[in-house]
Amino acid sequence: MLGNEAIARGAYEAGVKVSAAYPGTPSTEISENIVKYDEIYAEWSPNEKVAMEVAIGASISGVRAMASMKHVGVNVASDPLYTISYGGVNGGLVLVAADDPGLYSSQNEQDTRCVARAAMVPVLEPSDSQEAKDFVKFAYEVSEKYDTPVIIRTTTRLAHSQGTVTLEERVEPEDKPYERNPAKFVMMPGNAIGRHLYVEKRMKAMAEDSCTFKINKVEYNDTSIGFITSGIPYQYVKEACPNASVLKLGMVHPLPKKLIEEFASKVEKLYIFEELEPVIEEQVKSWGIEATGKEVFTVQGEYSANMIREKILNEKVDSKEPAKVPARPPILCPGCPHRSVYSVLNKLKIHAAGDIGCYTLGAVPPLNVIDTTICMGASISTLHGMEKAKGKEYIKNWVAVIGDSTFLHTGVNSLMNMVYNQATGTVLILDNSTTGMTGHQDHAATGKTLKGEIVPAINIYELCKAMGIEHVVEVNAFDTKELEKIVKEEVARDAVSVIITKSPCVLLKGNVFPYKCKPVEEKCKKCGACLKPGCPALTKNPDGSISIDDTMCNGCGLCEQMCKFDAIERVQA
Amino acid sequence: MTKNIMIVGVGGQGTLLTSRILGGITLDAGYDVKLSEVHGMAQRGGSVVTFVRYGEKVAEPIVEKGQADVLIAFEQLEALRYAHFLKKDGVLVVNEQKIEPITVVTGAAQYPEGIIEGLEQEHTVYKIDAMEEAKRLGNSKVFNIIVLGIAAKHMDFSKEAWIKIIEKTVPPKTIEINKKAFLKGYEG
Repeated sequence: MLGNEAIARGAYEAGVKVSAAYPGTPSTEISENIVKYDEIYAEWSPNEKVAMEVAIGASISGVRAMASMKHVGVNVASDPLYTISYGGVNGGLVLVAADDPGLYSSQNEQDTRCVARAAMVPVLEPSDSQEAKDFVKFAYEVSEKYDTPVIIRTTTRLAHSQGTVTLEERVEPEDKPYERNPAKFVMMPGNAIGRHLYVEKRMKAMAEDSCTFKINKVEYNDTSIGFITSGIPYQYVKEACPNASVLKLGMVHPLPKKLIEEFASKVEKLYIFEELEPVIEEQVKSWGIEATGKEVFTVQGEYSANMIREKILNEKVDSKEPAKVPARPPILCPGCPHRSVYSVLNKLKIHAAGDIGCYTLGAVPPLNVIDTTICMGASISTLHGMEKAKGKEYIKNWVAVIGDSTFLHTGVNSLMNMVYNQATGTVLILDNSTTGMTGHQDHAATGKTLKGEIVPAINIYELCKAMGIEHVVEVNAFDTKELEKIVKEEVARDAVSVIITKSPCVLLKGNVFPYKCKPVEEKCKKCGACLKPGCPALTKNPDGSISIDDTMCNGCGLCEQMCKFDAIERVQA
Repeated sequence: MTKNIMIVGVGGQGTLLTSRILGGITLDAGYDVKLSEVHGMAQRGGSVVTFVRYGEKVAEPIVEKGQADVLIAFEQLEALRYAHFLKKDGVLVVNEQKIEPITVVTGAAQYPEGIIEGLEQEHTVYKIDAMEEAKRLGNSKVFNIIVLGIAAKHMDFSKEAWIKIIEKTVPPKTIEINKKAFLKGYEG
């Protein structure tokens, strides 16, 4: 079972009734598996703050609830998180936060444990799929016993690894009775003062009690070397040093101080082996305990067993040097509508303030359109900031590009700001009718819920119009001539304008074009124009002509449009 | 003894399906097994790697450098990229297909020549033009299962067990063609 699937199973077995999330690698499959359980209401929310608040509402009403998101999603959800830490829970409340050491699919490598320390929320960290399920269940006990939200911290390696899991029955805890309790759930200053003091007490009690939690496990073996570790790094310790003594922390915040002091006193050389920030290490050292951590281990990326072999055991790992080979970075798929939009922007030499999604790949060669990518929704506000700093002429060769799902996530607010503060920028909403990069999740504008119900879709065009934006244009993403004309008009205009480029993701079921593109050899002038958008189905032959890989081509016809000599034709597939 | 298998290729070549078949067969055989996959952005035509480890008790979910018993490569350049993960006596099964990465298409890099010949100098290599074979079977998509069929000869499971897990794992409509593809690789 995938780590994420095990978390979903844990939610099911724990009797969770409400789950809310926004998709984000490596957390997405949690919701995609939770939805299989009819006993749980599960939704895609438009962003993580909304998801967190939905779960909070469910908890206050008396049921067990879960919100799940990737690490940067926790930033979006941090406003409610920090305050519900004060309020606490009624039904158990768990936030699953998926960190991404090694940056497989993220814009930063932040460590959720730092957020949890600041928010004063306990964190459990499983080390395999079985624990992922078990820890979720334990998290609900902790949440209800200590009146606190609990974070389950996972990492990409846990979320996307599979291991064996023993299944158990679902428990059906009775809903907690709801009683009006403003001192707990109305966080205005007078009430929050009291709750802050409670939070202090709660964290102390948990630090004390966690010394006997089963999930904080001491394995005494050879005491000449000892590791304090948690999560996936525990597996690397077991792999490289099966005979070492290990204190495996299942709860990484707050730390079981007495247990750690005892362990440290019994081992000769103590290592702290934790990915990303030295969260455990700094606390342990602050207690006057001697240990080695980030002096030898990096804060960047994933750890491994070889790292222990090399840095601690001084063993030479027996392997060849890696071959020097050309990099293969991810690219837009053949037939991707974003490629078509970027080929137009590239031709017009337009810079784009970018956003988070597949279309971030417009930053790399040969498209080279995107200049900035910060976080979800930032494209529109970044462009706005540039205009306010440098004036409207400065951004006449700039646009903001944002996907449909990201626009609904946090782009809407930024667009409101442009209207309110009299901007003149142009926003391209690349509407491919899905949340693409995370693997095709529905959202408020697709007309379908996580549970598969057909519902009224938010109309992005009307939404923009309702903000009072006069110039909102819809255009087929693959109509490059029309798009070029519209972009030229709109960037020149001294008013906010929105261009919605519409074309569904080609990987969505039923959206592959019923065509294939074929080179017409005798007409080819070997100019290479068709290669400019960087479609992976096209390759240049040694003589300068081109080949189109039949199995890769999705028949979008962009290369046909790029060719002035009719040397590519689009034929029925 | 833990056995380490790696499946490498280009996003979209079906490494996930292949690793699920592998994971399934090891579980059915009663082993402890851990799989590690790549999802998300890297899948978009990028270099992808999947690890499968099975044995009595498996700790870490990844295969590290110099530890792979079998490296299954769906593309030549990816075989070269990960060849240093092979054990000295490890086996490389490689599909002869070449897919140019964008760095080569744009002219920023060159696709290396003579990859397989080079790898044959140092490793036991089984190569096949699986794409061609798959087209002959009538469905180019099953090339990955042909490659798996060759690799299967270097693992400890019966032909029947493989057929059973393929039937269980692939979409129902594609069972027959996938079985044919597997046998093409397994029986040559």
